[in-house]
Amino acid sequence: MGLIVAENIIKDYHVGEVTVRALKGASFNIELGSFISFVGPSGSGKTTLLNLIGCLDKPSGGRLLVAGMDVSSFGKRDAAVFRGKNIGFIFQDFNLIPVLTVFENIEYPLLMVQNGPPGDRRKRVMNLLEAVGMKEQKDKYPDQVSGGQKQRVAIARALVTNPKLVLADEPTANLDHKTAYMVIELMKKMRDEFKTTFIFSTHDQKIVGEAEVLYLLEDGELVSKQMKGGEDHA
Amino acid sequence: MHNLFKIAIRNLMRYRRRTILTASLIAIGVIFVLVFVSVSGSFKNMIIGQITGSMLGDMEIHRKGYVASIDNLPLTLMMNPQQVEKAEGATNPIPEIEAYSPRIKFGGLFSNFTETTNIRLNGVYPDMEMKTLPLLTSRIIEGEKAIKKGEIIVPELLARGMKVNVGDMVVVIATNKDGSVNGKQLKVGGILQSATGPGGRDGYIHIEDAMEILRMEEQEISEIAISIHDFGKLRSVANSLNSDLSKYVNKQGKPVFEVHTWETLSPFYNIARMIDLMTLFIKIMLIAIVLISIMNVMIMAVYERIREIGTIAAIGTLPGKILSMFVIEGFSLGVLGAVVGNVIGLVIVHILDLAKISFDFGRQTGLVLSPTLQASDILVVSVIVIIVAVLGSLQPALKASKMEPITALRHV
Repeated sequence: MGLIVAENIIKDYHVGEVTVRALKGASFNIELGSFISFVGPSGSGKTTLLNLIGCLDKPSGGRLLVAGMDVSSFGKRDAAVFRGKNIGFIFQDFNLIPVLTVFENIEYPLLMVQNGPPGDRRKRVMNLLEAVGMKEQKDKYPDQVSGGQKQRVAIARALVTNPKLVLADEPTANLDHKTAYMVIELMKKMRDEFKTTFIFSTHDQKIVGEAEVLYLLEDGELVSKQMKGGEDHA
Repeated sequence: MHNLFKIAIRNLMRYRRRTILTASLIAIGVIFVLVFVSVSGSFKNMIIGQITGSMLGDMEIHRKGYVASIDNLPLTLMMNPQQVEKAEGATNPIPEIEAYSPRIKFGGLFSNFTETTNIRLNGVYPDMEMKTLPLLTSRIIEGEKAIKKGEIIVPELLARGMKVNVGDMVVVIATNKDGSVNGKQLKVGGILQSATGPGGRDGYIHIEDAMEILRMEEQEISEIAISIHDFGKLRSVANSLNSDLSKYVNKQGKPVFEVHTWETLSPFYNIARMIDLMTLFIKIMLIAIVLISIMNVMIMAVYERIREIGTIAAIGTLPGKILSMFVIEGFSLGVLGAVVGNVIGLVIVHILDLAKISFDFGRQTGLVLSPTLQASDILVVSVIVIIVAVLGSLQPALKASKMEPITALRHV
């Protein structure tokens, strides 16, 4: 069984008395260690799908298994515990905590979520700082580093708990093309190094090609699955 | 916990101006309360000290029914020698009692041979009275600071009105309990400063002179004034004395004695209670200041950090920890305000103490205010501020902890 198994997932949003179906029965299977991209125009359902996989939201229908767990049954606390153990997040706006240094931002999930011992925490954070090339900036605050560097810190923070899965919603949207490409390359490198599954959403055609598997979404439907070097219709 | 404090303090430093303004507001409230508590407390304690140390004593034993008609100084409700012996006997086993003084109180006429007026007198054993009322000598503003046989200590206003001075001869005339009138010439031995409260304008003579004027064959006593070592034990000593004396009953089975603390004998007790009530209101105002300012700041803090809350919730921070983060922030702000307020408050109180501010109260002039703060005052105010700060931050913190990460992350 794959890391993520989605069977006919539906997601409805209620706006007043109107129900909007954001996902119309998506089914897919993602293996551990994959480097996946959800692609599609704005409003196609990419973020909705990532939110469901990341246990930030619940599907309205269908079945969604992440790391063998049926996430639709989670309560708020269970979902938080599951995310803390299994999922790392990378956000479009980096979402670093401004009052913490680069080091402390990366350390945060270990400290506040997993409560690991200080020695192990430091070692793990230093390894990741080295891996993302931010060792020199470890004592700087987020407002003292560039956008690309912030996203590197965010990648390190997402990986620090050694999660099975990292979800990145439009991770390069606020970066120039060169930096965006470097960030994607870094994510790929991290996948290779830590054997973590990376799923990112994007509508940037220039970086889409970097994904090994590409799911195309249109109007809430998964219209195609493309593998690097071939095509497999969903 | 250390890390939660670190984050809380950094967040407070992040909005430095707002933190300083809020902490200042709390500090001003704390300063106001401390200065009020110290000044009003100093005034209250000084007046209570005057009343108990120079007039009433801390408590008094009377024959049952005496206090109900105390304004008439009834000679028919005095304690006979056997009753005095019993009352004095009850004071002996109570180690908290420092001293006691039996008194004969009576009203009479005071004459300087050309004019006559009314006077209220205390016939006392000088040594016992001075021991029971250690501040009495400080009220003797002219003459020798002693009550001697054959002499009278005249209240200041009466001496001024009757134009008598130390060394002058005067006559005191009184009616005894049988209705016969008697008089005695006495030398003015001293002039007694007036004081506010019951007995504040009474004169003093030796108890043997009082017995002679009242033609007492055996000594009868109007009251026994008592002073205790620790004023804080006033109630417990009074209760203990009352229970010891309650075993003495008359033929009708009713108690022979009654014990009253200064509180029931002096109208200043009502003023003291008003001061306590005002202090309570001032503390309630402080609570309101802290509650509103902390809530305001924390509501703003939560609103401004919604996306941050969404981020930390998304990466797995449990709601309880998010709640703690904001509560600790409010707590830290409360501690900051309390510490700054306490330090400045202590400095102001010290300056006021050094300034030796004087004031008049009733007939007493030139009373010097010496405001001081007890550790318990500071502790109570600090605890109030900190608890209210935590309570004030609880609602915004709960709101933050209950936020859905997905909604918070979408917040612009």
